Amino acid sequence: MSVTSRSGSPPTTGTPAGTPAAPAPRRRRAGGRFGAALSPPWLFAAPALLVYALVVLYPSIAGVVYAFTDWSGIGGDMSFVGLANFRTMLGDDQALGSIGNTVLLTIAIVVVQNGVGLLLALGAHARIKSRTVLRVVFFAPVVVSPVMIAFLWKYIYNPDPHAGLNGLLGFFGLPGHDWLGDPSLALWSIAGMVVWQNAGYSMVIFLAGLEGVPVELHEAAMIDGAGTVQRFRFVTWPLLAPALTINLMLSTIGGLKLFDQVFAATNGGPGYATETLSTVLYKQAFVYGKFGYSTAVALVLALFVAAVSFVQIYYLRSREVAQ
Amino acid sequence: MNHLRYGRATFLLELVMIAVAVAFMFPVYALITLSLKNPAQIAEAPLSPPAPPTLDNFAKAWSSAALGPSLMNSTIITVASLVALIALGSFAAYFLARVQTRLGYGLYILFLLGIVLPFQLGTIPLYQLINNLGLIGSPAGMILFYTGVQLPFTVFLYTGFIRALPREYASAAQIDGASHLTAFTRVVFPLLRPITGTVLILNAVFIWNDFFTPLLYLGGSGFETVPVSIFAFVGQYVSDYGLVFAGLVLGALPIVVIFLVLQRYVIKGFSSGLKG
Repeated sequence: MSVTSRSGSPPTTGTPAGTPAAPAPRRRRAGGRFGAALSPPWLFAAPALLVYALVVLYPSIAGVVYAFTDWSGIGGDMSFVGLANFRTMLGDDQALGSIGNTVLLTIAIVVVQNGVGLLLALGAHARIKSRTVLRVVFFAPVVVSPVMIAFLWKYIYNPDPHAGLNGLLGFFGLPGHDWLGDPSLALWSIAGMVVWQNAGYSMVIFLAGLEGVPVELHEAAMIDGAGTVQRFRFVTWPLLAPALTINLMLSTIGGLKLFDQVFAATNGGPGYATETLSTVLYKQAFVYGKFGYSTAVALVLALFVAAVSFVQIYYLRSREVAQ
Repeated sequence: MNHLRYGRATFLLELVMIAVAVAFMFPVYALITLSLKNPAQIAEAPLSPPAPPTLDNFAKAWSSAALGPSLMNSTIITVASLVALIALGSFAAYFLARVQTRLGYGLYILFLLGIVLPFQLGTIPLYQLINNLGLIGSPAGMILFYTGVQLPFTVFLYTGFIRALPREYASAAQIDGASHLTAFTRVVFPLLRPITGTVLILNAVFIWNDFFTPLLYLGGSGFETVPVSIFAFVGQYVSDYGLVFAGLVLGALPIVVIFLVLQRYVIKGFSSGLKG
């Protein structure tokens, strides 16, 4: 996703829009004569389970196994090498650097995207006349392919002083930069284009949260003499916790898995400056033919995603409950 | 009070937000301006409005990027995957939402696992599997891939929704002699319309825009989807920005138009879908 990849969405619970929040009454308990008779047959789930097992479960399990082999591609020999792939990674500047880059990129995206998304949501939630148009404008990039967004931004980041962002900065008398060519800037430039594309996604999730804040609470706080800042801090912010959970999960997992934008804009360069775990595992497999090593890199990525998911669910859920 | 009444503070906020939106749209302005210029005009003054505008880039981009066939491929793959996802996902979810055994609950958790699991872990074994099935370079392989990869999320959305529906509708039909199959397709499935809309929108946007897997499976096959064709096209004409941008405009246009027409539903789907 790209952050829009739904494969990385969090398992949150709640009620579907437009249905009553109360659980359905269950008069017939499990094991009751009607309860058992009325539960649909296993056959209903069988086709889905079959496809899911074939496309997701089997390949993921095989991936874990291959991470401990020296498999060199389809038709190639394969033998178990224990932890050798992971030891190689510790001495591999490209792979090691990609872990650091992935973490930095993810932190930058999570912080800026959610900060910008929250500000946009607060602005578009107010009683301004352009609110509907603004929502459409800020959300529109979310539906466009990340590869195409990356090609557009490759021009925006053009080093030519008269083109793209440099041209705009020059118009205001500001100096330009080689946004994607300067190794110390390139990673942040990638983060910038990701934030531009996905800030509207964070915005609409925060907006849904804001719409759930009862007006009565704001009125009560105002009667008690609370100012705008205080009302945000003590009324709005605590009630935004579920929206914040979803946004942090989505942007973190999207950031960790980022591939399309990097592949299209810099392909990991200059040098290894923008290499991420996803670009490294792609190159190791499909450029160098080191399939075993590539799955080891994929396993590291999977462990990152799993660890972050569990920590976020645990920490943010407890915060929701506490408030 | 600015929350309730259009006062001076609201007006100032409105101006600030519009200014932010204008700045936000600068890349879109560059995209459209450059797509309407020839190389000489771009070299002279890249960011000024095109004078006179030319549509030559669009005609050339349409044929060079093979956008006609790609749009067809993307449409076939997206529509077929959506049909399979809705059929398999809703049936499975109906079982998972109603079954009351431990095994049934375990199966639901197994499906949820697929939401957290990054698909990259299985990339290579899956490539090998699709290759063994003879489906590399075929739209059928992509449809199988999207159905499997998006099922966990689809099952999750449907199960949450069905759990909140009263059982009595289906029970009543079954007491009247309907089978499980008839009760589901005739009575329950029509009640799932709101969540089916969400499933449709979220999966459609993901599948239409996906790049990594179609690049691996379809690159050079003649069945490329729009993002893969655009990738190859840009690689070929990388320095001709007017032409490249015309290609980007044409490639993004279908989904942007659909978004503008259905914007209320799309935004609602994205903001509510994740809450199940």
